Amino acid sequence: MPHLARLSKARRSPITKTKSITANLRRSLHRGIRPGRGRLGDSLFAAAAFLAAAGIIALMALMVYKLMQQAMPAVEAFGAGFVTSTEWDPVNNNFGALPFIYGTVISSLLALLMAVPLSLGIAIYLSQFAPSWLRSPLGLVVELLAAIPSVVYGLWGIFVLAPFLGKTVEPFISGHLGGIPVFRGPVYGVGLFAASVVLAIMIIPTISAISRETMRNVSRDQKEAAQALGATPWETVKMAVLPLARPGIIGAVILGLGRALGETMAVTMLIGNSPKISASIFAPAYSIASVIASEFAEVTEGRHMAALIEMALILLVITLALNLLARLLVQKTGSRATKAKARP
Amino acid sequence: MAGHVTTSSLSASFGDIQAIDDVTVEIPANKVTAIIGPSGCGKSTFLRCLNRMHELVPGAKISGEVVWDGKNIYGPGMDATEVRRGIGMVFQKPNPFPLMSVEENVSAGIRLTGGRMSKAMVAEIVEHSLRLAALWDEVKNKLHKPGGGLSGGQQQRLCIARALAVQPDIILMDEPCSALDPASTQKIEDTIDKLKQNFTIVIVTHNMQQAARVSDSTGFMLAREMGDPGRMIEYGPTNKIFTMPDRKETENYITGRFG
Repeated sequence: MPHLARLSKARRSPITKTKSITANLRRSLHRGIRPGRGRLGDSLFAAAAFLAAAGIIALMALMVYKLMQQAMPAVEAFGAGFVTSTEWDPVNNNFGALPFIYGTVISSLLALLMAVPLSLGIAIYLSQFAPSWLRSPLGLVVELLAAIPSVVYGLWGIFVLAPFLGKTVEPFISGHLGGIPVFRGPVYGVGLFAASVVLAIMIIPTISAISRETMRNVSRDQKEAAQALGATPWETVKMAVLPLARPGIIGAVILGLGRALGETMAVTMLIGNSPKISASIFAPAYSIASVIASEFAEVTEGRHMAALIEMALILLVITLALNLLARLLVQKTGSRATKAKARP
Repeated sequence: MAGHVTTSSLSASFGDIQAIDDVTVEIPANKVTAIIGPSGCGKSTFLRCLNRMHELVPGAKISGEVVWDGKNIYGPGMDATEVRRGIGMVFQKPNPFPLMSVEENVSAGIRLTGGRMSKAMVAEIVEHSLRLAALWDEVKNKLHKPGGGLSGGQQQRLCIARALAVQPDIILMDEPCSALDPASTQKIEDTIDKLKQNFTIVIVTHNMQQAARVSDSTGFMLAREMGDPGRMIEYGPTNKIFTMPDRKETENYITGRFG
């Protein structure tokens, strides 16, 4: 190693004090690039990090593989008809997933319909208008909603919300808007609508907390740009805050939707658990997560189990697909923003 | 002539900290007025009091009067958004709306007013404003490209065009060139010179040469010590302020003895 030889020769030659300090400093600074133990540590660390990253992919692949393998009996028996059939008859071993897919998707979408406007209102108020003494406590209360266990929501739903909906809200809507099929028919309290309302309450903290954060991050000079043009407070939000916060808001909505799709306990307690597709949103329904949770313990027959597992697979696919879609949306709106910011 | 502003005993503070104290000046219409002074002398706060931007900061307080063409802008029944529409503002850091195109940036203010305006009318205002801001030739082929994609100097002139499009009487400029290179600064100063035919301009600047170059009258502000509110030490024709100021402090600042 010629450079090492040169170094040691330099060390031996007579040098002044400052020069030796400089040389020492240089030596200690350059130690990192010399081959030695540092290299081994680096490669060990890199390998460990790679394993951790690869592990998550392996885990995901294994999960999908296992689900597919165990769903095979149902896939073989029903084929594509599984997702279009409305039959759910464990006694005669006849299974179709459509009512569950319907219940899952509709309850989640209804929940979004109620939660998104409310959450955005909360986020806009907390990030733009609330006086500073109110911001933290109010924000904390909203975030605490996320910490309540879903079984507690379910209980509250059964004993408080469902009776209230069944005696007051639903008859009122039914009475006034009964001409529209979705509001027609008997009301029970418990049903698709009650499940959606509880889901909405459960996803409000997620959506509002993340949206509030992105809205708070919009810089003051953007807001001042709008204000100096004579924008009112609402116009300022519309012109300067919402466009820049949009990618974050979409992300927040998707996280909320993901939570609603997979929510099991509260929905099981409130949706009515009846595998039917009714025109009315007040009628009882069923969801994928609920049917898996409530039936898998009593499964006696292989094909029934396989049908439940295939439904788990379907839920997985719906969630993944929605996540991908959301990512694309965020990328699309986000890339326009980064492109615009590229030049200072 | 529209665009005449008088302040009397204007004081402003943030919470317990008083930023400016007892400023009384008369800003003539269709002239360029420069406000100079060292950092922290309250010149930006003074500017932001002239179009009610100061009150948007939490804890901000204001006393005294700002009379714009005979009306006290802080008087009862005055609408802050109405005031800001008539008294536009350009900021230190260029702040175009990054997701809007050049054209949308310029028309942002007129689209706010809510009135129905034909597309041709909007296009005409956009072109007129961009020409006034000396930006038209550079952007006429990229009106639909994002405004954030322009260079820093172009962005600042875009912000000037955006402020002009709402047809204000007065334009306040808060150190509009401090983030720009000399060539862009030159272009903005040329623009200011042309704009005073139709607008009253108040410009806050750190740069004394700039004040001397562009303004007709100059105000010198100073906070005597750290934590003291800024006061208008001297106000008068730019020539006089820069050649024979009445006050010792002004002379010290002009000659570069501090600040």
